[in-house]
Amino acid sequence: MPGNADTLTTIAALKSVSKRYGSVTAVDRLTLEIRRGEILALLGPNGAGKTTSVNLLLGLAGPTDGKAELFGRAPRDVAARRRIGAMLQGAQLGGHARVHEMLALYSGYYLDPLPRMETLRIAGLEGLENRPVVKLSGGQKQRLLFALAICGNPELLFLDEPSAGLDVESRRGLWAAIRRLKEQGRSIVLTTHYLEEADALADRIVVIHCGRVIAQGTPAEIKNTVAQRHIRCVTGLSAVQVKMLPGVTAVNSDGERLDIVATRPEHVLFEMLRLDPALQDLEVTGAKLEEAFLALTDDNREAQAA
Amino acid sequence: MNTVTAKHWSWQDTLGVYLREAGFQFWELVRMPGFSLPTLAFPTMFYLFFGLIFGHSGSGSITTYMLGTYGTFGIMAPALFGFGVSVAMEHERGILALKRVVPLPPMAYLFAKVVMAMLFALVIVILLFVLGAVFGGVVLPRREWLGLAATLVLGTLPFCALGLAVGVRTSGQASAAISNLIYLPMSFLSGLWVPLRFFPHWLQELATALPAYHLAQLSLGIIHMSDNSSFQQHLVYLVVFTIVFLWIAQRGWRRIQDR
Repeated sequence: MPGNADTLTTIAALKSVSKRYGSVTAVDRLTLEIRRGEILALLGPNGAGKTTSVNLLLGLAGPTDGKAELFGRAPRDVAARRRIGAMLQGAQLGGHARVHEMLALYSGYYLDPLPRMETLRIAGLEGLENRPVVKLSGGQKQRLLFALAICGNPELLFLDEPSAGLDVESRRGLWAAIRRLKEQGRSIVLTTHYLEEADALADRIVVIHCGRVIAQGTPAEIKNTVAQRHIRCVTGLSAVQVKMLPGVTAVNSDGERLDIVATRPEHVLFEMLRLDPALQDLEVTGAKLEEAFLALTDDNREAQAA
Repeated sequence: MNTVTAKHWSWQDTLGVYLREAGFQFWELVRMPGFSLPTLAFPTMFYLFFGLIFGHSGSGSITTYMLGTYGTFGIMAPALFGFGVSVAMEHERGILALKRVVPLPPMAYLFAKVVMAMLFALVIVILLFVLGAVFGGVVLPRREWLGLAATLVLGTLPFCALGLAVGVRTSGQASAAISNLIYLPMSFLSGLWVPLRFFPHWLQELATALPAYHLAQLSLGIIHMSDNSSFQQHLVYLVVFTIVFLWIAQRGWRRIQDR
């Protein structure tokens, strides 16, 4: 399907949607388009409005203002829902029904569900069909939620924090499954607060903060915006001098070494070596994603203030 | 991927969804011993003790009377707990949200739960009838057996409405506590355990405000054992009660629909 003219088709959208709960504005005039065949990651810190955006697209929340559309219909339209699947955050499955019974029930909601074995295989639940849901481990329940989301053979899949609470190995498995679903031509919207996850999976990342879109683009573009490095070294230059260099966002000194945070480490280093050829004990490391995030949201705040 | 498909959703598909949902809900409850055991055991046990062991006079009149009262007591539990409390629990656990993003017709979930409560009520009624007929010497014309069973099974509806009104407003834990606080005192005050004629007059007056009293009297009316003869009055009370609580429930239901 890639390369197909279909890839430009918008299949779901939020059109200048606001959602207020009392005096709290969870989503603020947010516009979002989901295109056929893409994996779109909604990236942002907790409380940014990612889940509310998904809930608006799913019809779980009604917009205070603006319009949400799913396949050109209202999200609460049953016909639109037959074409989607959703894995919701914090849904606690339980009960004495067996895995295959629950799958059969949920598959039955759809016109053309996936064969049971395929759902089980994609979700990594093979061999657990006969286990009562209540006896599944936390990770297995998470995989069952995933299975329930995909069992209807959805064209568009919503995954709200799909890897929350998964160990590293399960997360890898989930990522592989998500990529395979995309290869089958499905569109996927996932929310995450890990840049790493968005980077690994998404074709397009939309960064949401305080209910607004503050950046969007390919993972490479987003990473460039937020790419920051720590430069640590012993140098004769003062912190004030270094702070003046273009691309430097912060400088800390522990008395012996300088710790420089920079968006363009190559340029900064070049300048520093020019000014101080005796610079030594050099170490360049990637900034933590949280710091990158903060930088992005700080930029945004400054941009808004300006 | 089937973006182009010859299949269309038919009314048979919708019917299938409704039936599977109801069946699934029913078996879920049956397999939940914390619910199914007390729900089945309490009415049958009470009927056994107070009707068959202490009350058996040989004529079968007390055991017949108690089919109406313990029947009412029995069918309230699946409505209040199987329906109302389970909606509260599933709301709390995010299952309700899950049911709302799947293409399940909005009413199918509630319909399934009501059917499940009625099926459970039917099981309780059959258990009581068998006990009454086999051990209690209850003899009724077939028309009255069926009429009593139908009244009791349909009698779950007002309590489903009540249970839902509580369930959509409270957490799972709280709704279980509140439902118990409604269930047990109301059963006693409506004369389901001890016939009302042994009550002081003012308590008898109080009973007329309670839906369980009216359902019990309606049931007793079917088998010609009602304390009074105003069949229609009881029916009107129950219908109005159901509508009022459905309206209250609907308002809360709408509120929890918006996450």
